[in-house]
Amino acid sequence: MDAILLQLNNISVVYSDVIQVLKGVSLAVEKNHIVSLLGSNGAGKTTTLKAISGLLKPENGRVTDGTILYQNSEIQNRTPETITRHGIIQVLEGRQPFKYLTIEENLRVGTATRWGKPYREDLEKVYHYFPALEKRRGGLAGYCSGGELQMLVMGRALMAHPELLLLDEPSLGLAPLVVREIFRIIRRINQEEGTTIILVEQNARMALQIAHYGYVMENGKIVMDGTADVLRENPDIREFYLGMSAAGTVKSYTDVKSYRRRKRWL
Amino acid sequence: MDFFMQLLIGGLSVGFLYGLSAMGFVMIFKSSSVLNFAHGELLAIGAYFFLALSTWANLSIPLSFLLALGGCFVLGLLVERVFLRPLIGEPLIFVIMLTVGLAAMFKGLILLIWGGNLYTYPDFLPKILEIRWGLIRIPPVYGTTLIIGTLFLTLFGLFFKFSSQGIYMRSVADNQRAALSLGVNVKRVFALSWAIAALVAGMSGMVLGIINGVNVHNLSAIGLKVFPVVILGGLDSIGGAIIGGIIIGLLETFTGGYLSPSLRDVVPYIVLVLILLIKPYGLFGLKEIERV
Repeated sequence: MDAILLQLNNISVVYSDVIQVLKGVSLAVEKNHIVSLLGSNGAGKTTTLKAISGLLKPENGRVTDGTILYQNSEIQNRTPETITRHGIIQVLEGRQPFKYLTIEENLRVGTATRWGKPYREDLEKVYHYFPALEKRRGGLAGYCSGGELQMLVMGRALMAHPELLLLDEPSLGLAPLVVREIFRIIRRINQEEGTTIILVEQNARMALQIAHYGYVMENGKIVMDGTADVLRENPDIREFYLGMSAAGTVKSYTDVKSYRRRKRWL
Repeated sequence: MDFFMQLLIGGLSVGFLYGLSAMGFVMIFKSSSVLNFAHGELLAIGAYFFLALSTWANLSIPLSFLLALGGCFVLGLLVERVFLRPLIGEPLIFVIMLTVGLAAMFKGLILLIWGGNLYTYPDFLPKILEIRWGLIRIPPVYGTTLIIGTLFLTLFGLFFKFSSQGIYMRSVADNQRAALSLGVNVKRVFALSWAIAALVAGMSGMVLGIINGVNVHNLSAIGLKVFPVVILGGLDSIGGAIIGGIIIGLLETFTGGYLSPSLRDVVPYIVLVLILLIKPYGLFGLKEIERV
């Protein structure tokens, strides 16, 4: 059991005291693993991440039921300031750079959890992972391309020395080649830094390639889980997330209307 | 020409003070979107702290100046902690109304303690600082203002550009959610911006007190001038606040000198209206960076 870094036990999340988004989500994340969270829009993936990182609070959301155990201590409904100091850093969806700060200043904000400590080496490390950033270190972040921004926000999170990195759709709106590059770096961070990663993705194919384990969410519940290999072979996943027919061939549009598979888990 | 130079230097240094105090106003606005209507009272409080320390407590001038600055800083922290923090997450209009209440409260307190009379500081500035140039004689206080103003400006510039805490403060102003996700202590940033705002406002108040004498009504009216200043410079630009302050300061002294002294308080507001008509975001207001 000590290999488990994070455990969500049957958590429910309610926004503004009325809107229930998560209805009993349980999952476990092993140390040094990449765990992927798949699901369609509105399934509750981002909310799950925010419940872990404490960012529900400013959005008037609350974990009403269940527990979140991180290194065997309960962290549900703590403030983001406390949770980030435990080593959990979330990279927000849609990148969210500090537009009017330079690249290097953006990275320096990542040191907020350990204010006053030296950060030179960390800057070098981030530039080592993302050489593209070093070239533009003095430029304003607002003028960077989408790919550079994704690298910037991931680098910014790395500056905090995270134990657990929560990545929310890093591939959003990026060109396929850039996506491949980003995912390669995610895998390298996981292997070289030993950072545990929870990866929320729409791009199920890429996510299952680098993840060790996966969970599928729908309507605020976990509907399926398994190792990445098992999920990749599952007929439902192939049909609904990887765009293949159950037989394993690429789906033809002529078949789409005549027969629609039912999802087995519903 | 001599008269012109005299007005120029006077206007520049008064403008510097407006700019510095507006800088505090802009910092609060940038980090928490709160318009602080109690700004003029913060100015007055600084001046009265200095008065109390230098005349009542009879401390030396440099010591009372530093202590008064420290007092303003602590006051800013306290205001944030006691009055503002419980309102985090409430609609902004509540917070802005609260600052109106704070203004009334501070003004009342000052009137209670010191009354509405005009006080003056003892004459302490050394004569070396007096600028003499041909027939012009510029009182030492203006030279001092320019020196102190430049000093503060450089210090804050360095603080925001290079220190970690300064960068965190800018990050909160830029994107609060992202700052929160990286563990920036947003409450501390709010507290610090109130403290710094109170400090620079108090500093301006002290120097304006040396120039015009200390009176709560005058000083809080000067505090109201931050509105034309920041709207001219752009509500969210610290550099704009300084430049706006200098422009308003110059306009004021030149109208006072060449047109009529009774117009000097009106002209800034006329300019304010014109600016709003032509450049609604101010001269240096934030242009959203848009990537196409």
